[in-house]
Amino acid sequence: MEQVAIADQHDEHHEPTSFITRYIWSQDHKVIAVQYGLTAIAVGLIALVLSGMMRLQLAYPESFTFINPIAYYQFVTMHGMIMVIYLLTALLLGGFGNYLIPLMIGARDMVFPYLNMLSYWFYLVSVLVLVSSFFAPGGPTGAGWTLYPPQAILPGTAGFDWGILLMLISLAIFIVAFTMGGLNYVTTILQARTQGMTLMRMPLTVWGIFVATILGLLAFPALFVSALMMLLDHVVGTSFFMPALLSQGQLTDHEGGSPILFQHLFWFFGHPEVYIVALPAFGIVSDLISTHARKNIFGYRMMVWAILAIGVLSFIVWAHHMYVSGMHPWFGFFFAVTTLIIAVPTAIKVYNWVLTLWRGNIHLTVPMLFAIGFIFTFINGGLTGLWLGNVVVDVPLSDTYFVVGHFHMVMGLSPVLVIFGAIYHWYPKITGRMFNDTLGKLHFWLTFVGAYSIFLPMHYLGMLGIPRRYFANLTTDFIPESAQDMNIGITAAAIFVGLVQILFLINMVWSLRHGKPAGGNPWGATTLEWQTPQTPPAHGNWGPTLPVVHRWAYDYSVPGTAEDFTPQNVPVSPGHDTEDEEART
Amino acid sequence: MAIAIALIVLVLVTVLFHIFSPWWLTPIASNWGMIDGTIDLTVWVTGFVFVAVNLFLAYAIIRYRHKQGAKAHYEPENKKLEIWLTAITTIGIMALLAPGLFVWAKFVAMPEDAMEFEVVGQQWEWSYRFPGEDGVFGAVAARFYSGANPFGLDPDDPAGQDDRLVASNEVTLPVNVPLKVLNRSKDVLHNFAVPQFRVKMDMVPGMVTSYWITPTRTGTFDVLCMELCGIGHYLMRGRVVVAPEADFNQWLGEQPTFAQTQEQTTASAAAGEQHYVTCAACHGAQGEGNPQMNSPKIAGLDQSYIERQLHHFRSGVRGASPEDTFGQQMAGMSNVLPDDDAIASVATYIASLPDVPAIAADTENEGNISRGKKLYQNCAVCHGDNGQGIWTMHAPRLAGMSSWYLSTQLEHFRSGIRGTHKTDQYGQQMVAMANILNDSKAIGDVIAYIDTLDQGQEDSSDTATGRGN
Repeated sequence: MEQVAIADQHDEHHEPTSFITRYIWSQDHKVIAVQYGLTAIAVGLIALVLSGMMRLQLAYPESFTFINPIAYYQFVTMHGMIMVIYLLTALLLGGFGNYLIPLMIGARDMVFPYLNMLSYWFYLVSVLVLVSSFFAPGGPTGAGWTLYPPQAILPGTAGFDWGILLMLISLAIFIVAFTMGGLNYVTTILQARTQGMTLMRMPLTVWGIFVATILGLLAFPALFVSALMMLLDHVVGTSFFMPALLSQGQLTDHEGGSPILFQHLFWFFGHPEVYIVALPAFGIVSDLISTHARKNIFGYRMMVWAILAIGVLSFIVWAHHMYVSGMHPWFGFFFAVTTLIIAVPTAIKVYNWVLTLWRGNIHLTVPMLFAIGFIFTFINGGLTGLWLGNVVVDVPLSDTYFVVGHFHMVMGLSPVLVIFGAIYHWYPKITGRMFNDTLGKLHFWLTFVGAYSIFLPMHYLGMLGIPRRYFANLTTDFIPESAQDMNIGITAAAIFVGLVQILFLINMVWSLRHGKPAGGNPWGATTLEWQTPQTPPAHGNWGPTLPVVHRWAYDYSVPGTAEDFTPQNVPVSPGHDTEDEEART
Repeated sequence: MAIAIALIVLVLVTVLFHIFSPWWLTPIASNWGMIDGTIDLTVWVTGFVFVAVNLFLAYAIIRYRHKQGAKAHYEPENKKLEIWLTAITTIGIMALLAPGLFVWAKFVAMPEDAMEFEVVGQQWEWSYRFPGEDGVFGAVAARFYSGANPFGLDPDDPAGQDDRLVASNEVTLPVNVPLKVLNRSKDVLHNFAVPQFRVKMDMVPGMVTSYWITPTRTGTFDVLCMELCGIGHYLMRGRVVVAPEADFNQWLGEQPTFAQTQEQTTASAAAGEQHYVTCAACHGAQGEGNPQMNSPKIAGLDQSYIERQLHHFRSGVRGASPEDTFGQQMAGMSNVLPDDDAIASVATYIASLPDVPAIAADTENEGNISRGKKLYQNCAVCHGDNGQGIWTMHAPRLAGMSSWYLSTQLEHFRSGIRGTHKTDQYGQQMVAMANILNDSKAIGDVIAYIDTLDQGQEDSSDTATGRGN
C-alpha cells in the first residue's frame, strides 16, 4: 500500500521566511548540516593548533616556557578528545549525515526536523562548555583523552578539579545531542525512503552512516554512564572507579571502586567509536571511487554485509585496548581472535575499492585523489592494526609511539582524507559552485605526502620503545640522538601540513563567490542528491514531486547506454539494464 | 598518473625507511624472544600485503586512467573472486593469529618456581619489595601507609616482618631466574616497563597485577612508566640491574627488612642540638638563614628532606661541582657529622625548630606574579598549592623559605650543577622541572609568586602529619 508521509505532501512545506528561521534556528537538514560542519571544522582547527604546540615541545624540548608539563598534557588531552568526538564524529554524522541522508534517499527532510535543530544546538553548547574549560581555574583536564581514573580526578593531573568536570559535562551534553540526531538519522533512513529506494539500493554512504549511527546509539550510553559515575566520584565522593588509595601521600576517603571498570566502559564505547568514524568514511569513499572511476562499486552486497559485520563485531573487540591494563590475561585470547576476525570484512572493503578502480575509467579529480590517498593510508593503518590486535605483539608496543602512529594513520589521517574528498565532491551541490581545482590538487598533494611523513616514522620510534604521552624523553640508555632528529623532522612536517590547510580554507571561501557555476550534476553521478531540481537544493529538496527510484546507485557505464551514468531515478528500459534485480530484492 | 607514481614511490620509500631505519626493537634482555619472532612474522606478512595491494592499486590507476573515449567495464559482482579473496585473507589472518596465541599461552602460563618480587608505583617513583626468608609477602593496605611505613605493610602480620624493602628507584634482579613480577600502585595507574624485557602490565590501585619474565642478559636497564599518571609521568624513571645470582643475593641481603625499618633509631633532638652549634654559625641560631653568608633558612624544613640533603652532601651527590662554591663548603661542613645517627639527630633538631621568617636578601625581585602563578601550577603538584611542601612526594617546603636561595637552586638545577648525580632521583626530576623555566624571567616570576605564599602553610594537613617521625 502506498503511504505518503506528511513531509512528502508538497503543499505543506513550511518554508522559513526570515533570516533567523532560515539560517539560525533552522530546521532544514541542509542548513543544520552546514552548521554542524562549520562548528566541527572551527573546533577542529583549535585541536590542530594544539597538536602543533605538542610537536614544538617534542622537537625542541625546554624551549618554550608556555609549553610546560601541565600545558602539554592539556594540549594532548584536548587535541585527542576534540579530534575524535567534536570534529570527526560531529562532522561525519552531524555534517554529512544530515546533508546526505534525506537527499540520497529521496526525502524532503529528516523525519523530526525540530529535534534535528535541537541536536545541533546541544552540540554547540557541548563545544562551548568544552572550550570554556580553557578559561576555568586550573585549565582544561590533562588526563589524556581516555580520562582514566583515578588520576583524572586527583591532584597531580592538570585540571583535576574544574577541567575534568567541564569535560564530563560537555561529553554528556554531546551525547544528548548525538542521540537526538542519531534517532533522527536511523528513523529517516528506515521510514522516509522514497518509492523504489529499497535498502539494498541505497548508496554505501547511507549504509555507512546508518550503521555508524546505530553503533553510536548503542555505544555512547556506555560513555554517558561512565561520565556520570566519574562525576559522582569527583563531586559527591562516591567510589565507582576509586579504590582505597593515596593522593599526594594522603589516604583518601575512597574505597572499593575499580579503575578497570571505567576502562571497560570507556572502550565499550571507544572501540565502536572508531567505527562510528570509519564506517561513514568507508561509505563515502566507496561512492567517491565509484563516481570518479565511472564504474559500479565492486561487490555492493559484500560491501553492505561487510559494513554490518564490522558494526556487530566492533562491540566485542573493545578490550584489545586493554591487553596490558591488568585485566585477566585470559581475556587476551578472546579479544585477539575477535579483533583479527574483524580484519576480514575490513580487508574485503579494501579489495573492493581497488577492484572498483580495476577496468574503470578513472578521472583523477580532486575527490578521487583524496579517495586514493585514503586507500593508501588506510591499508597502512589497517595492517598495523593487525600488529596491535594480536595480543603478544601489542604488549611491547602498547603505550608507545607505535600506537600513536597507528591510530593517527587509521582513524586520524584516513577519515580526514575522506572528509576532504567528500567536501570537494559535494561542494558543488552545497554551494552551487565549483571549487578551484588547482588549489584543491595542491592541497591534496601537500596534505597527503606531508601527513604520511608525520605518522610513518612514529611507528619506528615506538618500536624502539619511546613511550607516548611523554612531555620530554630526557636521557635514557636506549633512545639514540637520532630519535630526536626524527622528532624535529616530524614536527617540521606536522607544522607544514597544518599550515597547508589554509589553502583549503581559502579555496572554500574564495570559490563561494568566484567558483564556476557547477550545474546540477557536475560529476555525472547517479545518486539522487545530484538529481534535485535546484542546486543548491531548495527547501523540501524535490519541488512538487518526490523522485522515484528504479535502480541501484551504481549504474555507471552500463553497456548499451549513451551516457556513462544512469541516475537512480531513470526508469528501466527493457533489455538495457544489466542490473541483477533478483539479487537485490 | 602522478598519483600512481606517487604511490609507487611511497611504497618504495616506506620499504627503504623500514630497511634503513636506525630505530627498531632494542636488543632483547629477557626470555620473550618469541614475541620478537611473532613481530618478525607480522612484518613479513603485513609488509607483503602493503606492497602488493598498493602496487596493484598503482597499476590499476595507470592502466585504467581516463582516456578519450574509454568506457568502464560493467561488472557488479564476481562471486568467485570475492570468495577467493575472503579465503586467502582468512588464511593470512590465521597465520598471524595462531603463533600469536601460542606465545600468549606461554605468557599466561606462570612457571611454578618463579621467584616473586613486587614493584610498587606511586607518583612519581618506584620502589620494590621481596618476600624475605619465608617466601611470603606480608599483607598491605592503604590505611597503613605513613612516613615510617611507606610500603603500607600491616605491622601485625608476621609474614611481613622479613620482607626486604627497596626504597629506591633502582632494583637488582638475578639473571636467568624466572621472575613473577607483582605490580602494585599506591595512587593512580602506572606501568613498569623495561623496553628490553618486552613485556609489561599496568599497576592498578586496589589490586595486584602480574606477569613473568626471565632476564637473560646482565646489565643496567632503564625503567619507564608507560601509563599516563599525571604531570610527572615522564619523570617516573628507574633502573633495573640484572646481575649474576650470587651478586643479586648479596645485594638483597643488604636491603633492610620491614622489621629493621621499624626499629627505633637512637637519633634524638637533644643530641642534634649539640651538633647544631656548628651549623648555627652560618644558618643562625634559629635556623633563620643569613644571606650575607649565603646560608639559606632551614627552620621549617621537614626532617626527611634535611636528612637526605645531608647524606647527599656527605657522599658527594650534592656540592661536588666546582661551580657550586657554597655547596662545596656545605659538603665540607657535613663531614663534621660523624655518622648516620648524627645526621638523623641534627635533622630531627632542625625540624623541631619553630618557624621564623627568613632573612630577606637586599635584592628586589621584580618578577611577574601572575605569570609565576601559572608556572607554579607545575610545581604545586609536588610542593603543594601553598608551597607547604609534601613530604610523601619528597618535595620540600618553599613558602616562607629564603627566596634568594630558591632562585640560586633553580639556576643550579638548570645548569647541571645540582641534581644530575645518578642516585639523586628527586634531583633529576627537579632538573627536568627547572628546565621548563627557560627564559631569563621565568625563574624570577615563579619566585615572585612563591613569595606571596608566605602564609597558610600551617593550615595544611600535609605538613602536620608524618613530619619529623
